[in-house]
Amino acid sequence: MTPANPKLENRIGESLSGSQIIWEALVREGVEVCFGYPGGAIMPAYDAMIEYPIHHVLTRHEQGASHMADGYARASGQVGVCIATSGPGATNLVTGIATAMLDSIPMVCITGQVPSQLIGSDAFQETDITGCTLPVTKHNYLVTEPEQVAPTIREAFYIARSGRPGPVLVDITKDAQQRSCVFEWNDDEIVLPGYRPDYAPLAEQLEEAVELIKSAKRPILFSGHGVVKSQATETLVEFVEKTKIPVACTLLGLGGFPASHPHNLGMMGMHGETWVNRAIQDADLIIAVGMRFDDRVTGNLKTYAQTAKKIHIELDPAEINKNVRVDVPIVGDARAVLKELLPHLDDCDRPEWLAYIDEIKGDSAVRDIKNLPDLGKLYAAHVIHDLYRFTKGKALVVTDVGQHQMWEAQYYKHDYPRKLLTSGGLGTMGFALPAAIGAKFAEPDDSVWVICGDGGFQMTQAELSTCAQEGIKVNVAIINNGFLGMVRQCQEFFFGGRYVATPLLSPDFVKIAEAHSLTGIRVEKRSEVEAAVRKAEATEGTVVIDFRVEQEDAVYPMVPAGATLGDMIQRPPKPGDHDHNPIFETGEDE
Amino acid sequence: MSQSVKRTFAVFVEDKPGVLNRVASLFRRRSFNIDSLNVGATQEAGVSRMTIVCEADEDKARRIEANLYKMVNVLWVDDITHKQSINRVLALIKVNCNREQRDEILKICDVFRARAIDMSPDRVTIEITGPQDKVEGLVSVLRPFGILELVQTGTVAMTRGIEKHDLAHPTVPASRNSAA
Repeated sequence: MTPANPKLENRIGESLSGSQIIWEALVREGVEVCFGYPGGAIMPAYDAMIEYPIHHVLTRHEQGASHMADGYARASGQVGVCIATSGPGATNLVTGIATAMLDSIPMVCITGQVPSQLIGSDAFQETDITGCTLPVTKHNYLVTEPEQVAPTIREAFYIARSGRPGPVLVDITKDAQQRSCVFEWNDDEIVLPGYRPDYAPLAEQLEEAVELIKSAKRPILFSGHGVVKSQATETLVEFVEKTKIPVACTLLGLGGFPASHPHNLGMMGMHGETWVNRAIQDADLIIAVGMRFDDRVTGNLKTYAQTAKKIHIELDPAEINKNVRVDVPIVGDARAVLKELLPHLDDCDRPEWLAYIDEIKGDSAVRDIKNLPDLGKLYAAHVIHDLYRFTKGKALVVTDVGQHQMWEAQYYKHDYPRKLLTSGGLGTMGFALPAAIGAKFAEPDDSVWVICGDGGFQMTQAELSTCAQEGIKVNVAIINNGFLGMVRQCQEFFFGGRYVATPLLSPDFVKIAEAHSLTGIRVEKRSEVEAAVRKAEATEGTVVIDFRVEQEDAVYPMVPAGATLGDMIQRPPKPGDHDHNPIFETGEDE
Repeated sequence: MSQSVKRTFAVFVEDKPGVLNRVASLFRRRSFNIDSLNVGATQEAGVSRMTIVCEADEDKARRIEANLYKMVNVLWVDDITHKQSINRVLALIKVNCNREQRDEILKICDVFRARAIDMSPDRVTIEITGPQDKVEGLVSVLRPFGILELVQTGTVAMTRGIEKHDLAHPTVPASRNSAA
């Protein structure tokens, strides 16, 4: 049963317009906030909104609306909602929808459509948005009758949040919004004959997995986004403490298993830790939980983890054997499967394997920096490490895409799930600021930090204006290196150092903040970082900090695209400066 | 890795607008190349049946199946490649045919169990149903006469046994795959 909203009058059985039914349905689905932008074909719906207890956030671009709904969903675990008009309004949502699709984010997008009798006539602001979004939604609908509005929205929420979640778009014609019908709401369980989101693992697969785990000498467990989504953190900790299997995280899995746990090795993959990737290549068993062997995680598939048997615990059967052939697939919810496996496993110590990983960690563990010395220059690693220290690791961090995203993953240690939001699958620049706004609405008591580059920030910086209008507070740390850094880095490594179209002239970000009546701070030295972070935390309203960091720094280590996972490019020592690398200098404890 | 072979899937879908587009789009997006796709009504109201023929090895076939099942409108997927089944295409072939050639062409039709369905002084139109290779056989024999026009359907297929597809409550097969 949908809990009756105390703010909602019971209007079941009354004649309501399609527009009113949209909001009736959204409120009944538990929606309190939605992100959107009005326009012709959605105006009836906007007009009806005023009667309903839903807070609407006016964005500056529909892409912002879809990223905000996405950020809201990632932070809360609930379905995020965005709304836009037909044609350009709807197409502007698409980047955000694709972002949510690749990261399995539950989202419902409502779009207006031209009146049904005009569909197909190239009417003003007409776009076939169900056609456009077909490959980037979990499902979508075109609604042309007011009677279809309520059941369709109900179905949309059910599909968005069940099974492997994803975005669902509901396109509603203007006439379906304007015409009226008797409002009916059915709270029965939804049965869709062709949709079976819940899979239970097979007993024989569980048995095979138990056998493999028992006989493994060098096992490693992968913790992916599925661990976060199925709220499996506690179960996974129990699993790992019993079996002593070391854990490697994917980018979206960060926080799903506490970073400070002694058995957490860190992130794997292209910019993962060297010892993690080497341990994967040396392992005899991989237990992959809620992840999909993305190419950024595996490197060259032909040489990937050849000595390891593989158990793949995954909710989506279509992911089994997609990129990597596995020995034991277990299709089911991560937490449920781990819970089923747990009683069949014995307590185990693995002194040799753990000692071996410690040994390959060796010197490369200099990432475990406590205090970095101030050598006058500002490095992104300094900024992020300091942010981690001064927010005590408890901030909700939203990152954009690029170098800073990887530095954040390396230097900000997340102990809690849903406290790092990032566009992992699609890699959408411009994601961070709007997603952070959405996250702040979901978790108003959290200290929300955006970490983004000067490039990505400028893609959606107009949403600062949304922050100002809504009076909400997020802190924005721009890692400003004057380049599109990740591309520049690849140009340095693989394109002969020809910096084509990567030098970036930016406006004065402090003035940009001030132009929005927000606070702007510039930081050029390590010694200024702490004061700036503390000031941002203490200031009311959104704060933008322009961190002017070293321009041509690169993210290390790195597996070049398509190379073998164990072959990583290491940070080269500075010429004539062998023992003195300013980034990796280990200082004294705090 | 198993061999890539021509595979036939019987796919039961809800008869709703846009479903064909969704299925076709899935194959395009995942780079599963369709050889032929046929869709039509079934014995059950509201349910359409597609016969999709495409080239795939065992792994790819399982992924095609799993991806089809992910679609909300797909009810039931049956990979009938290795099942006893009847596969048919229908072709219409318009071929040059003067008075002297008529007997020979009609004899050829007899051999292939094809029928002449339209005739004029200088051409004949032939209808044939059968497996794809039989149709191709007839086409190759007729080609020397000069084929003016050729149209054919995709494959439709049905297993020989009785497959009880309870479409109102489809059973999603276990995710067990062929990994060994």
